[in-house]
Amino acid sequence: MEEGSTVLERQKQIQELTNRKYDAGFVTDVEQDFFPKGLSEDVVRLISAKKDEPDFLLQWRLKAYRHWLRMTEPKWPNVHYPQIDFQDVYYYASPKTDEDRPKSLDEVDPEILATFEKLGVPLNERARLAGVAVDAVFDSVSVATTFRETLAEKGIIFCSFSEAVKAHPDLIRRYLGSVVPYSDNFYAGLNSAVFSDGSFCYIPKGTRCPMELSTYFRINAADTGQFERTLIVAEEGAYVSYLEGCTAPMRDKNQLHAAVVELVALDDAEIRYSTVQNWYPGDKDGKGGIYNFVTKRGKCAGPRSKISWTQVETGSAITWKYPSVILQGDDSVGEFYSVALTNNMQQADTGTKMIHLGKNTRSTIISKGISAGRGQNSYRGLVKVAKGARHARNYTQCDSLLIGDKCGAHTFPYIEVGNPTARVEHEASTSKIGEDQLFYCLQRGIKEEDAVSMIVNGFCKEVFKKLPMEFAVEAQKLLGVSLEGAVG
Amino acid sequence: MLDIKNLHVKVEGREILKGLTLQVGAGEVHAIMGPNGSGKSTLAQVLAGRDAYEITEGSVSYDGGQDLLAMAAEDRAAAGVFLAFQYPVEIPGVGNTYFLRTAMNAIRRTRGEEELDAIDFLSLAKAKMKLVEMDPSFMSRSVNEGFSGGEKKRNEVFQMAVLEPKLAILDETDSGLDIDALKIVANGVNSLRSPERSMIVITHYQRLLDYIVPDQVHVLSGGKIVRSGDKSLALELEQSGYVIFGEEAAQAAAAGGGA
Repeated sequence: MEEGSTVLERQKQIQELTNRKYDAGFVTDVEQDFFPKGLSEDVVRLISAKKDEPDFLLQWRLKAYRHWLRMTEPKWPNVHYPQIDFQDVYYYASPKTDEDRPKSLDEVDPEILATFEKLGVPLNERARLAGVAVDAVFDSVSVATTFRETLAEKGIIFCSFSEAVKAHPDLIRRYLGSVVPYSDNFYAGLNSAVFSDGSFCYIPKGTRCPMELSTYFRINAADTGQFERTLIVAEEGAYVSYLEGCTAPMRDKNQLHAAVVELVALDDAEIRYSTVQNWYPGDKDGKGGIYNFVTKRGKCAGPRSKISWTQVETGSAITWKYPSVILQGDDSVGEFYSVALTNNMQQADTGTKMIHLGKNTRSTIISKGISAGRGQNSYRGLVKVAKGARHARNYTQCDSLLIGDKCGAHTFPYIEVGNPTARVEHEASTSKIGEDQLFYCLQRGIKEEDAVSMIVNGFCKEVFKKLPMEFAVEAQKLLGVSLEGAVG
Repeated sequence: MLDIKNLHVKVEGREILKGLTLQVGAGEVHAIMGPNGSGKSTLAQVLAGRDAYEITEGSVSYDGGQDLLAMAAEDRAAAGVFLAFQYPVEIPGVGNTYFLRTAMNAIRRTRGEEELDAIDFLSLAKAKMKLVEMDPSFMSRSVNEGFSGGEKKRNEVFQMAVLEPKLAILDETDSGLDIDALKIVANGVNSLRSPERSMIVITHYQRLLDYIVPDQVHVLSGGKIVRSGDKSLALELEQSGYVIFGEEAAQAAAAGGGA
């Protein structure tokens, strides 16, 4: 019966989605506080001062900034875009109410609450989805975190990054940059210098987080970069499932989103991190849209720990991200499940890195790339087995689905094995939604658009079933919307 | 039920059907036999609405005078046309139940009927599964994925049983079946015979017609029906082969060309 009810919901969605466009593309009119455009050491200091940060953090930002100045943008991804002028970006924008931050939801600007309501993220706890705690980030600042008290009873910390810096500086100091150092890459360096907010989550030893934690990111202001930072630490034996959603208004100009996510799992801990990314993809001719240049990495620091990334990437003009796992602890497990869709002029270069350091470490990579319109979709993945990683195992499956004949799918797998006992498997396939499949559906009375949506959802099933229920439903809807106009 | 007049069809510039005429009355079962390449499958695909074919001449009137050739494939399905595919297609990750219920409800929506919910659908599906002795585990598998040849053909007949078409076209549903599977499929088809349902059974071999006894048998050769008769025609064919019809067809084509 369980399948029955899912099926029913799916069917409803298929009906709904046929009329949907990018419906998160509205702009909220709130008074905003901007710093001048451009980046300099002064701007870095200003951001830090604005947030009243401790000196160690300012120093860290400055080191990052100075290092970043010597770095160059990566040119190896299979994506193409005009040179970004990093001096033409606002590095800090926040709703004016930041002057005296809201202490409870009642104090949050009703316009902002209404925005999140419209996006289907009710912050009002009475109207919430049962069992999901939400941290909402609006441009550069976190506007509200729900369920904080319930979580605090268990010793779980879930708050905005800025608050964590004030309330838990030791934890921040210990873990910030421990997985993604500021010198890691160009965008991680930039983020380290100017990051404005994000979410922090800490699950103490032996604690199972009783609800899904969720951050909802929203870019609202024009010409603004969003540089948030998320840090999740799961202590020994802890468990947490974390969801992340993103939207932005429709604008003609490209906007930069360069986030960093760091996960740390100690002995026997498990972190599941799910993303449904629906940043504005630009119009059908490739005008506007978000440049999504993101560094996400987890470290299985302790033995038997587990980190699992699941991502559904349907938005953004350009996606450049490789959620990775460093398998340091013996017997630790890393997973990466991905659906990336490019339609119209969208480009994606995404994949993962699984770095096996400990013994008996295992990793699984399932990547599903869908290309439609003139979209270009690349899978790029590294499986590295270090010398000491005896009996490491990896299984990679990498499937591409093409819709139409103007799109492209590319696969760049890198495998480096330094230990002879390792076992690494790689399977890849490319298929096209065929005339035969479509005609079979049509002959059974199913309309073409519904048939494509059904075939694509079937193709992504292995990944969708890894998502929490509400997210899986959302992901399916998104795929349908994103594929509009892909056939015919 | 179905009235095909002087149908000419081209594929990639080559004429496959060259003036085919055929009437099928309500409740009748017609068998179409013929050698390879005679146009049997083309006829099936054209009737079902595949758009890779170019119809250069002729007409097809369906169920009280509807212009079948003017209808989109999905609308034909809603109007009760069903094709049991010679090569059923695999759709990975899409459950059999989900697929069939989506199809059924799409058809019901087009007809302005109420959709079936999951529970009603499942009980209907279970009853129909028995017709083709299908194991319930089929329902949770992906559409045709990893099915054996026989399982795929059974699945086609099962879908037909659920969708209850007015005109069913079975395109070589017997090919690749062993005798036991053939009997199961034929029993399924026979149980679906009714005064409201017409069937066109396309086959290369007479064997199937031992189990599905047709009202009429037609021989398709060179893109035309060259001979029609009752079931005894099928037996005659088995003894003499298609060769003679090949000649007849050649003559017919030559005569047609001269006219």
